[in-house]
Amino acid sequence: MVAVKNHDNGSKNPLAQFPVKISVEAVLNSVLVADPLRILDCSPITDGAAAVILCPAEMAGKFKTPGVRIAGTGQATDTIALSSRKDLCWLESTRVAAKKALAMAGRKVEDMHFFEVHDCFTIAEIMVMEALGLVPKGAGGKAVAEGLTRLDGKFPVNPSGGLKAKGHPVGATGVAQAVEAVKQLRGEAGPRQVKGARRGLTQNMGGTGGSSVVHVFEAM
Amino acid sequence: MPTPSKHWREIPQRYRLEAGKCTRCGYVAFPPRLVCPECGNREFAPVKLAETGTLLTYTVVRVAPGGFEDEAPYAVGIAELADGVKLTAQVADCAFADLKVGLKVRLEFRKLSEDGAAGVIAYGYKFVPA
Ligand SMILES: [Zn+2]
Repeated sequence: MVAVKNHDNGSKNPLAQFPVKISVEAVLNSVLVADPLRILDCSPITDGAAAVILCPAEMAGKFKTPGVRIAGTGQATDTIALSSRKDLCWLESTRVAAKKALAMAGRKVEDMHFFEVHDCFTIAEIMVMEALGLVPKGAGGKAVAEGLTRLDGKFPVNPSGGLKAKGHPVGATGVAQAVEAVKQLRGEAGPRQVKGARRGLTQNMGGTGGSSVVHVFEAM
Repeated sequence: MPTPSKHWREIPQRYRLEAGKCTRCGYVAFPPRLVCPECGNREFAPVKLAETGTLLTYTVVRVAPGGFEDEAPYAVGIAELADGVKLTAQVADCAFADLKVGLKVRLEFRKLSEDGAAGVIAYGYKFVPA
């Protein structure tokens, strides 16, 4: 369901690597990579680039295009080895990074209007949803199936199509999330625009969650 | 594929399962660490890992990363050993249908990979059903 939702969103993104809709049957019938993940659960490796221009907030008004404010930032680490973690089903680094970023922004996670997260694999998006506190632990999969994270849901996740459909250019992936946040907050996201988006959160990670970075963006 | 120097450095762990036990709190670090992540102590006594454990999770790798293409499909799992250390390794000599969480496993000394006809043969540990 995560892959189907992200490809739905990606089909509305002209810059996506795989801007095509897929069905649940297509995911379940695709080839196994490592049980139970099938190839349509896995993000691709992508050639891509992304860039942002940073400036002091007081200068932002001097440019023709409206600026977006970085309201909060947080970073946290965990063990690289999965086997060393206390809980295999939990992304502690994402929880801590989000807590720091939201505290800096003076916001709660429910205040965010959209989320761009590191869906390297479908299960990763579900685990990130849980670590961010969008749903209780273990409830992420069901919430996706019920539409919580769709473009028109309560918490839209990966309006860009995510790593899964937009693509995963590894080194450019995090900045590409910021680019999507800027487009959403400027109201320039076209058919995938989250209506009334004024605040958004991005979450990126490496080393299977060994390191996570979270940012909170707000329209100016 | 491990480089020869990396492989050589890891021989105490790969061949002899040498771990470090924190002299203050008893935490067993494998591979050994300089600082205990539980209590911050910097002194460890060498210990050997327990050789038996219980499978916590597993997968069957069908599309293998570089260096393991010829071995796919193969099973990989994380097991908790009798001394509380958790370890990732291949699960050998077990039909995929017999893999299950809770499976009792034992660590065995096995060949892991070879670097062509003339390169270093890497040995180490794999899990097998106990
Ligand atoms: Zn200790």
